[in-house]
Amino acid sequence: MKLNGLLATAAALALTAGAASAQTVGFSQIGSESGWRAAETTLTKQQAEERGIDLKFSDAQQKQENQIAAIRSFVAQGVDAILLAPVVATGWDSVLEEAQEAEIPVVLLDRQVDSSDDLYLTAVGSDLVHEGNVAGQWLVETVGDKECRVVELQGTTGSSPAIDRANGFRQAIEGHDNIEIVRSQTGDFTRAQGKEVMESFLQAENGGKDICALYAHNDDMAVGAIQAIKEAGLNPGEDILIVSIDAVPDIFQAMADGDANATVELTPNMAGPAFDALAAYWADGTMPPKFIQTESKLYTQADDPMGQYEAKKGLGY
Amino acid sequence: MLLSVQSLTKTFPGTRALDGVDFELAAGEVHALLGENGAGKSTLIKCLTGAYRRDAGEIRLEGARISPRSTSEAQELGIGTVYQEVNLLPNLTVAQNLAFGREPRRFGLVDGRAMRAMARETLMGYGLDIDVGRDLGCYSVAIQQIIAIARAVALSGKVLILDEPTASLDAREVEMLFDVVRGLRDRGLGIVFVSHFLDQVFALSDRVTVLRNGQKVVTEATRDLDRVRLIEHMLGRVLEDEVVAQAAGHGAGAPIRPELLRAEGLGRRGMIEPFDLRVGVGEVIGLAGLLGSGRTESAELLFGVRAAQTGTARDADGEIDLSSPRTAIAAGFGFAPEDRKTDGIVGDLSVRENIALALQARRGWTRPMSRAEQVRLAKDYIARLDIRTSDAEKPVGQLSGGNQQKVILARWLAMNPRFLILDEPTRGIDVGAHAEILHLIRELTSGGMSILIVSSELDELIAVSDRVIVVRDRRHVAELTGAEISTETIVRAIAEEDAA
Amino acid sequence: MMPQALRRVLPQILTLAAVVMLVTLVFPTFLSISVSDGRLVGPVIDILKRGAPIGLLAIGMTLVIASRGIDLSVGTVMAICGAVAATAIVNGWGLGPALLLALAAGLAAGLWNGFLVAVIGIQPIVATLILMTAGRGIAQLITEGRILTFSHPGLAFLGSGSLFGIPVPALLWLAAAIAVTLLMRRTALGLLIEAIGVNRRASALAGVNARVLLIAVYMASGLCAAVAGLIATADIRGADANNAGLWLELDAILAVVIGGNSLMGGRFSIAASVLGALIIQTIDTGILLAGFPSEYNLVLKAALVIIILILQSPRLAADWQLWRRSRSGLSGSHAAATPKPKESLR
Repeated sequence: MKLNGLLATAAALALTAGAASAQTVGFSQIGSESGWRAAETTLTKQQAEERGIDLKFSDAQQKQENQIAAIRSFVAQGVDAILLAPVVATGWDSVLEEAQEAEIPVVLLDRQVDSSDDLYLTAVGSDLVHEGNVAGQWLVETVGDKECRVVELQGTTGSSPAIDRANGFRQAIEGHDNIEIVRSQTGDFTRAQGKEVMESFLQAENGGKDICALYAHNDDMAVGAIQAIKEAGLNPGEDILIVSIDAVPDIFQAMADGDANATVELTPNMAGPAFDALAAYWADGTMPPKFIQTESKLYTQADDPMGQYEAKKGLGY
Repeated sequence: MLLSVQSLTKTFPGTRALDGVDFELAAGEVHALLGENGAGKSTLIKCLTGAYRRDAGEIRLEGARISPRSTSEAQELGIGTVYQEVNLLPNLTVAQNLAFGREPRRFGLVDGRAMRAMARETLMGYGLDIDVGRDLGCYSVAIQQIIAIARAVALSGKVLILDEPTASLDAREVEMLFDVVRGLRDRGLGIVFVSHFLDQVFALSDRVTVLRNGQKVVTEATRDLDRVRLIEHMLGRVLEDEVVAQAAGHGAGAPIRPELLRAEGLGRRGMIEPFDLRVGVGEVIGLAGLLGSGRTESAELLFGVRAAQTGTARDADGEIDLSSPRTAIAAGFGFAPEDRKTDGIVGDLSVRENIALALQARRGWTRPMSRAEQVRLAKDYIARLDIRTSDAEKPVGQLSGGNQQKVILARWLAMNPRFLILDEPTRGIDVGAHAEILHLIRELTSGGMSILIVSSELDELIAVSDRVIVVRDRRHVAELTGAEISTETIVRAIAEEDAA
Repeated sequence: MMPQALRRVLPQILTLAAVVMLVTLVFPTFLSISVSDGRLVGPVIDILKRGAPIGLLAIGMTLVIASRGIDLSVGTVMAICGAVAATAIVNGWGLGPALLLALAAGLAAGLWNGFLVAVIGIQPIVATLILMTAGRGIAQLITEGRILTFSHPGLAFLGSGSLFGIPVPALLWLAAAIAVTLLMRRTALGLLIEAIGVNRRASALAGVNARVLLIAVYMASGLCAAVAGLIATADIRGADANNAGLWLELDAILAVVIGGNSLMGGRFSIAASVLGALIIQTIDTGILLAGFPSEYNLVLKAALVIIILILQSPRLAADWQLWRRSRSGLSGSHAAATPKPKESLR
C-alpha cells in the first residue's frame, strides 16, 4: 500500500501539467497511520475515479515538509485544485499563498489549519462535539425514563477528539437526570486498553450488574470492552448497551452479532463533498461556505450492519 | 626547591601504591619520572594534581605546604597537567579552548576578538602561527598537545606535568614538542616528564627518578646514568634473600626435558613479530622486556586472547588450536592476566564461584557443579594456597590483591592445566604473598606443569626461570639458559638496541 | 538455601503487600474472589491475568540485564509476534503453525539483537533501539496497518481462557517464571550469565562462551516477548500493530529494577522481577479501580514507583539501620560498632 503511494507520487511528479482534458486534482495525504485514514485515501481515489477526475496522490509519511513539497510540485504542475489533509495546524501560510497566487483552490480535509481562511477555498470535516451529541441522543431516546448508569471509555487524555466527544455526549444527556455517567477512564483509543479498563469498570460496578450502558469514544475500545463484558458472563448489547463512534467494520460485525447497539459514523468520505464544492466552483465560481460539515450518521442494529460491514471491509480500515 | 614531596604514602585496598616516596623538582629543570606499570607513577601524579588525597607525607610548593583537593585547585596553585589523550574540547575553536573558563568579557558578553587576539599572542610564544578561529579538532595531535600545554602553562605557570605526552606522536612531532618543553624550562618552569621511551628521557630530561613497587629507587642526573643502569633500576636487581636461596638450585646444566609443545612463527601484526617457542615438560620460561616490548602480547597469542595471524603451535599429538581462550583451555592451557581487575576476577561473584568458573565453563552449562562440589573445591584451594578470606562466599572484589591473584591461580589449578601462563603474577602484591606465589610456581613445575611467566621484576624471573627469553621492540631477541641467566645478561639484551 | 532465597525477595513481598493494602483502602472489595462459571473472578485474579505480558517481559529482561545489557525492543517484538500469529490464523494455517511462527519470530528478533550486541559489539541500548523503532513498521507491514481481527477459539483461549479456574495468561507466566528459574539455577546458566554480566572479559578468558551466552540471553528475551505478544493478541482477538506492547519495555525494565536487580548486571533474581511486575500491575489496576479521573493515572503511578524505589534504595536501608542502632544505643545497651555504609570507589 505504501509502495503504491510512493509510485503514485512518482507518477504525479513525472507528469506535466495540462496534458489531460479532465480536471486534475492533487491530494496531499498525511500518511496511513490508522485504518480510518487508509479508508479515506481509498474513498478519495474512488470518488475521483467516479467523477472522471485525474487524482495525483502524495503520501507525506507524517511529515509536514513532505506535504509542503508535494503542494509546491502540484502548483508547478498547474493542477486544477489541491486537497490537503494537514498533518499539523501551523506553518502553512506561505505555501497556501503560493497556491493562491497560482489561482489554484485548496480544500482542507478533516483537519483545520491556523492560517487565514481566505487562503483556502473551504474545509471539509466532521464536528467532534456533534458526534458525541448524536451518540448521547441515541442513548436518551433508547433508555427513555429508565434509570441508566453509564460508564465512559475516553480517548487519549487531552486529545481533542476525547475532549469534544466527551462534551458532546454530556450536552445530549443534560436535563435527563435518569442518565448518569458513573465512571469515566481513558482507554487510549486502543482495543487492549478498552478491554482492561472495562474489566475494572465491571469489578467496580458489582460485576457489571450496575452498569446500564457503555459510551466509548471510538469503536476499537468498544470492541475490547465487548470482550471483557462477555468474559464477565454478561451479554453485551442487552445487559449493557453499547454506543461508540467512528463506524469501523469491526463494530458492524459486533452489531450484526447483537453485541453492540449503535455507532456514529466519522465518514472517511471527505472527498465527496470536497469534489462537489470544487465542481460548483469550477462551473460558475460559486464560493462554498468556509466549513462543510460532514454528516455524523448514526447506525444501529436495524441498519443492516452485515451489509455495512461488507461495504466497508474493502476500504482498508 | 620549586616542588618537594616527602614520604608520600597512598594505600588502596590490598595494595600500597606509594610507600614513603620523596621527590624534588627544581625550577628550570625537566625531571623524568620512570617506572613499569604499577610502579606508582600515576598515583604520584594524581596525588600532586589533587585527583587523589594522600594518606601520609607532605607536598610543598615554593616552600608552602599544599593539599590540593581537585585538579582545578592544583591548577590554581600552579600545577598544570597535560595527559596522553588531549583533554580539550575538539569541537570548540583553538581560541575558545585556550580561554575556556576565563573568557575576556565585554559588557558581560564574551569578546570574541579579544579572545582570538589573546590566543594568537599566546601561541606565538610557542612558535605556533595557526588560525585560532578553527576548531581544535582540525589540527594534528602534536599541535593539540602544544595547545594543551599552552593552556596549562597559562593557567598554572609554575609546575607542568607531562604524562606520556608523546605516545601518539611521530618523531618530527616529538622534536617539535620537545622544543616547546625546552623553551618552557628556560623560562623557569619545573617540568615533570613521564614516559617509557628511554631515548626521549635521555634527550630531554635533566634528572631522572625511578619508582618501583610504590617506592623510590633512585634520583640521579641524567648525564650520570647510562641505559643499562637505568633499566636495572627499573626492573630491580636486589634479590630477596629467601628467593636467592631457592634460586641457587638452578644454573648448573639445565636438565634435558621432554618437549611439551612447540610454537613456530606465531605472530600478529602490530602486536608481536613472528616468534618460535619450545616448552619443555615441567619447565619455567621467563619473558623479560620493558613495558610495551611485546612480552604480554606474546603471552596473549599463546592463549588465544588475540588470534595469531601467522604460525602454528603443536604438541606430540599434532596441531593445537589457539584461536580463542576456549580452544587454548581445551588444549590444557591456563592464563592469569596482567590486569587482574579487568581481565581476571569477576568481582561481584564469590570466591567459590570465581574458583569454579573455568572448570564450570569447560564442563558446559548442562553439567552444573553442585554447590557441595564447588564448596569442596573452594575450601580445598583456600587451604592449599592460603587464601585469606573470611569465607568462600565473600565477593572476590573485596579481597586484597595478593589473595585475588591466588583465587585466579586456584581457578586454573582446579583445571589441572599442563601449561600455565602467568602475566605479572606478583604485581601489586605484598611481600609475603609474593614469596608464596614464587614457591607455588616451583612446586607446580616439580609436579610436571610447564609455566610461562611474564614479569618486569628481574630478580623474580631469575629466581624461577629455567630459561629466559628477552623481548624488545616486538621481537624475541635473546634466549638465556641456565648459567647465562643473570641481571647483567638480561639487562644487556634489553639495552642492546642502542648499540645496534 | 531456602531462607536465603526468601530473604532476597522479602523487600518485594513487603512492597507488594503494602501496595495491596493501599489499594484495598480505596477499593474495599479488592481482595474478594468469587467463582463464576467455574472460574475465579476478582480484582486479584485480574491482576494475575493482566500482569502476564509485563511479567513475561520482566523474566526475559532480567536475564538480559543480568548480562549487563538491556532490551528495548520487547514491546515491539510483542507487536510483531502478535501480528504473525494473527496473520497465520486469518490465513487459515491453523493454531499450531501460528504459535510456532510467532515463537520463531520472537527467537529471530532475539537472534538479531544478540548478533548486534555479541558479534558486532554495538551497545545493547543502541542495538535494541534499532528493532524497537523499526519493528513497529514491520508489524504494520504484516497487518497492513489495520487491526487484524480473528475469532479462532484456540488462539483466543490463550488470552481469555482458563484452566482449573485460573486464567490461562496467569498460568503461562507462572509456568515461564518457574521454568526459567529452574533452568538458571539447576544448570550452570545462571552462574555463567552472572559472570559475563559482572566481567565479560574476565569470564571469556576463563573459557566462558560469552558470545553464545549473550545471543542466547537475547533470544530468551525475544521468546518471552513472543509469548507476551501472543497473550496480548489473543486477549483482544486482534493484532494491533500500532499499540500492542507499546511502552511495555519500560514497564518491564521498571519491574526488574523494583525487583532489586542491578542495571549494571550480575546477580539476578527472577522471582524478585516477577514480584516487581506484579507490583506494577497492582498499581495500574488499583488506579483504574479507584476511579480517579484519568489525568491522574500517570502521576499516581510515578509517585508510587518513586516511593517504592526510595524505600528500597540501599543507602536508605543503611541509614535506617544506623538510625535504629543509635536509638537502641540511647535506650540502654551500647550498640556494637555500627558498620559504615559500604563505600564505593566509583
